[in-house]
Amino acid sequence: MGFSYRKAKFVAYEINGPRVQSHRLLRNGKAENKIGGFAESEKAKTMASRLSVMKHVPPNRPWSMIHLLNPRPFSTEHHQPPPVTNTTPSSLKQQELAKFSAIADTWWDSEGPFKPLHALNPTRLAFIRSTLCRHFRKDPYSPKPFQGLKLIDVGCGGGILSEPLARMGATVTGVDAVEKNINIARVHADLDPVTSTIEYCCTTAEKLVEEQRKFDAVIALEVIEHVAEPAEFCKSLAALTVPDGATVISTINRSMRSYASAIIAAEYILHWLPKGTHQWSSFLTPEELVLILQRASIDVKEMAGFVYNPLTGRWSLSDDISVNFIAFGTKNSQ
Amino acid sequence: IKHLQNTDFQKTIYPSRLTSMAILPSSSSTGVDKTSSAKVSYHRGQLAKLELSDGESLYAKLVVGADGGKSQVRELAGFKITGWNYYQNAVICTVEHSVENHCAWQRFLPSGPIALLPISDKFSNIVWTMNPNELDCKMNEDDFVKALNHALDYGYGPHPKSGVLGSADIFSWFRGDVTMSANECFEVPPKVVKLASERMVFPLSLKHANDYVAKRTVLVGDAAHTVHPLAGQGVNMGFGDASALSRIIADGIAVGTDIGEISLLKKYEAESKLANVMMMAVLEGFQKAYSVDFGPLNVLRAAAFRGAHHVSPLGRIIISFASGQLRLPFFS
Repeated sequence: MGFSYRKAKFVAYEINGPRVQSHRLLRNGKAENKIGGFAESEKAKTMASRLSVMKHVPPNRPWSMIHLLNPRPFSTEHHQPPPVTNTTPSSLKQQELAKFSAIADTWWDSEGPFKPLHALNPTRLAFIRSTLCRHFRKDPYSPKPFQGLKLIDVGCGGGILSEPLARMGATVTGVDAVEKNINIARVHADLDPVTSTIEYCCTTAEKLVEEQRKFDAVIALEVIEHVAEPAEFCKSLAALTVPDGATVISTINRSMRSYASAIIAAEYILHWLPKGTHQWSSFLTPEELVLILQRASIDVKEMAGFVYNPLTGRWSLSDDISVNFIAFGTKNSQ
Repeated sequence: IKHLQNTDFQKTIYPSRLTSMAILPSSSSTGVDKTSSAKVSYHRGQLAKLELSDGESLYAKLVVGADGGKSQVRELAGFKITGWNYYQNAVICTVEHSVENHCAWQRFLPSGPIALLPISDKFSNIVWTMNPNELDCKMNEDDFVKALNHALDYGYGPHPKSGVLGSADIFSWFRGDVTMSANECFEVPPKVVKLASERMVFPLSLKHANDYVAKRTVLVGDAAHTVHPLAGQGVNMGFGDASALSRIIADGIAVGTDIGEISLLKKYEAESKLANVMMMAVLEGFQKAYSVDFGPLNVLRAAAFRGAHHVSPLGRIIISFASGQLRLPFFS
């Protein structure tokens, strides 16, 4: 760990005309033809818009608006209940939130269900520190390199990311849609005078956009794979960023390897996550993420992957973006 | 016992004894902390509370137990230790010479080694391992100095000639860059002129803490591991611990971790425990090898020692392992 990670420079390629990728999605034995990626042609556009509706339909369930949200019951480490952009029955939302609330107490138990997230945290922070210091021209060797920066942690959960950011000198706002998470986060942050300055709000990115809040850097780690409309979510994140500000998003790649690691290994074999935490179909490939960020006027400048070494039990940064990856982008200054 | 506390990069020394230590429970209902009978001040959060003998209380994010083999921190925090007694005592003092001495000497006597370790031009430390009651504690200074000189040089036959089993015949083709040292006359350690400090005695044992870390507490140096002084490695291991801990803490602060978090401290433990246990195994081997006084074994031992000295790559590896540059002797 530390700062010496190798960057995977990812160049977002221009869209020159229709560009359609076809992915065969095997789900419960049924092969569905899925179109991933966005393109300019009318046909592809309609297909793409159909995609964003199709994407989260779990098999064997009827289509309906309700299932646009992540309907499977789960309590998760990478949880984030999706920001509510569509009209949803509030009873369902309560049910979802209740499930998160059930395990909310264990957020800060580093040997508990959130242990893999605690283990991953220093590695994510190393990437964030490196990219933000370079972008904002801060000294990476100072003990508080983020002094004077306003950051927002979207989907902060129990504050696992927000607290180290505050200790690095940033003015941090943490938002989460689950009330209990915010309560846990606030209580834990108040234990240390340095982190007690974190502003926690139980709200969503969209509501903050309506309030016209702006931040130097918007960080949304392990959120976008739980969101109903990733494109809209990215637009909200971009709206929260000041021009020439930074946006950092991390998620899981949609690849065969990630199916094997994040779904089969993590949920069924190692029991790191409860079954049903993630839908493989809702993962984004790096190309897709870059494209939807580009549409939200964010240029992805750097990307890196996280790899887990089972022998040492440590995560490290690498060029391998085939499972977990994190992307750093800057907002176009207009 | 003195305590060092870093407050805003200032060091404060509290010259009083630690009487009790407790981890204040967090206000959250999920805390798995030790319960403290002390009043929980809300803004103190999850800090460790240290009560000193003069009534003062300190609050710390991280307590580093660097207080030696009889560590109070280790005891109060409830660390379990494994180990055994060597049933030997070590007599330590500082002595003065009439000539300059820059060489460390160690002579293996039947009851245990005596070591002469230079600390400045004319002063050295003596560490003399012996069976209990071998030396009269109330001996006056002159007699003790005489006994020291006797132990350092006299007795047990004539000086070994370099011709016996370490001779040019066998090892000349190994020698390479080690030129004439084997053919030199046997050097004698410098004579002790007088004592420069009080004599102290302490019993020797092997101690190793099963864990080096607990919530907001970490052990370094002799508090974590106590070894026999015969190879002079105790403080080197302590320096290694201190260097590893400071590096881990620096890495933690770089990414905004709370320094008392056990996941961070576990990294220190994994690293230093491995290196320390390996070193302790080697030292224990030494100690067992040198505690037997049996003719053929003595000759073998001496041959092995000279072999390690003359085979320069082996000597280099051993020296770098002992000086802490190479933490694991077999994987470079």
